[in-house]
Amino acid sequence: MKEIKEYEKDLASIRTMMERSAKFISLSGLSGVLAGVYALAGAVAAYFMVHYPISPFRYRIYSASHPEMLWKLILIAALVLAASLFTGLWLSNKKAKKHNLTLWTSASKSLLLNLSIPLATGGLFILIILYNGHYGLAAPASLIFYGLALIQASSNTYDEIRYLGYCEIVLGLISALYPGYGLQFWALGFGLLHIFYGVIMYNKYDK
Amino acid sequence: MKSAFENLDKVLEHRVRLQIMSVLVTHDAFNFNPLKEMLNVTDGNLASHIKALEKEKYVSVSKTFVDRKPNTKYKVTEKGRNAFKKHLDALEEVIKQQK
Repeated sequence: MKEIKEYEKDLASIRTMMERSAKFISLSGLSGVLAGVYALAGAVAAYFMVHYPISPFRYRIYSASHPEMLWKLILIAALVLAASLFTGLWLSNKKAKKHNLTLWTSASKSLLLNLSIPLATGGLFILIILYNGHYGLAAPASLIFYGLALIQASSNTYDEIRYLGYCEIVLGLISALYPGYGLQFWALGFGLLHIFYGVIMYNKYDK
Repeated sequence: MKSAFENLDKVLEHRVRLQIMSVLVTHDAFNFNPLKEMLNVTDGNLASHIKALEKEKYVSVSKTFVDRKPNTKYKVTEKGRNAFKKHLDALEEVIKQQK
């Protein structure tokens, strides 16, 4: 007969196995911080392209409207997304190796699938509203769909990511009330919130 | 009073087997190599414990070929799922009785 401590260890090992196989725990907090930094850099670049020399905090009723500028903005957003994804994959891979895990598990696969459905829907939706000329709604829509994607993904990775999702949705809804401030809300949601969340996650799981 | 120890499943008392079961009950199916990596055990170790579970009909094995390479998938059976649940309940009971 085993010692009682052994049985407790049995239970603990079941718990870790289940979490390890169902949740993607190699997500790195640092990649959140860097994604936030890229988003802020992108927002600054966009500001100088679209609004400069108007103060970034003044309300405007007009925003990006001619197609040439729109393409530039889409290019900036795509660059920010690509850089964030690349950094996220790279740092997560490093973290996975450190924990003797592989990056490509059934958990990370379902995480990707769960993320991609709301993100692809949101991406297409934004392209459609841009095509229809509703420029002011692009930033709120991206925040809201991103928030929904995060909440959806929270069952496959750290549960805390759900709260980041709630914040993005609230921010997106407020931003929809003030269409002229899209860029500022975008910088707040994708920049500052990511940095804030990344620092918390880094201190909690990566240290 | 009947001791909770009697309800423990002898087959599942090995930790590796318990870990195999906990991975399999949360998934439809699992391949050999990912399972090995997840548990951090050797080929031989995992194979022998899976064999033991297979003998009890707790897991079912299906072998196919993908690009002429053998692809072995493990699934938990209904019997295995019930045994795992019972074993967990018994574990809980054992710990409770000690406190």
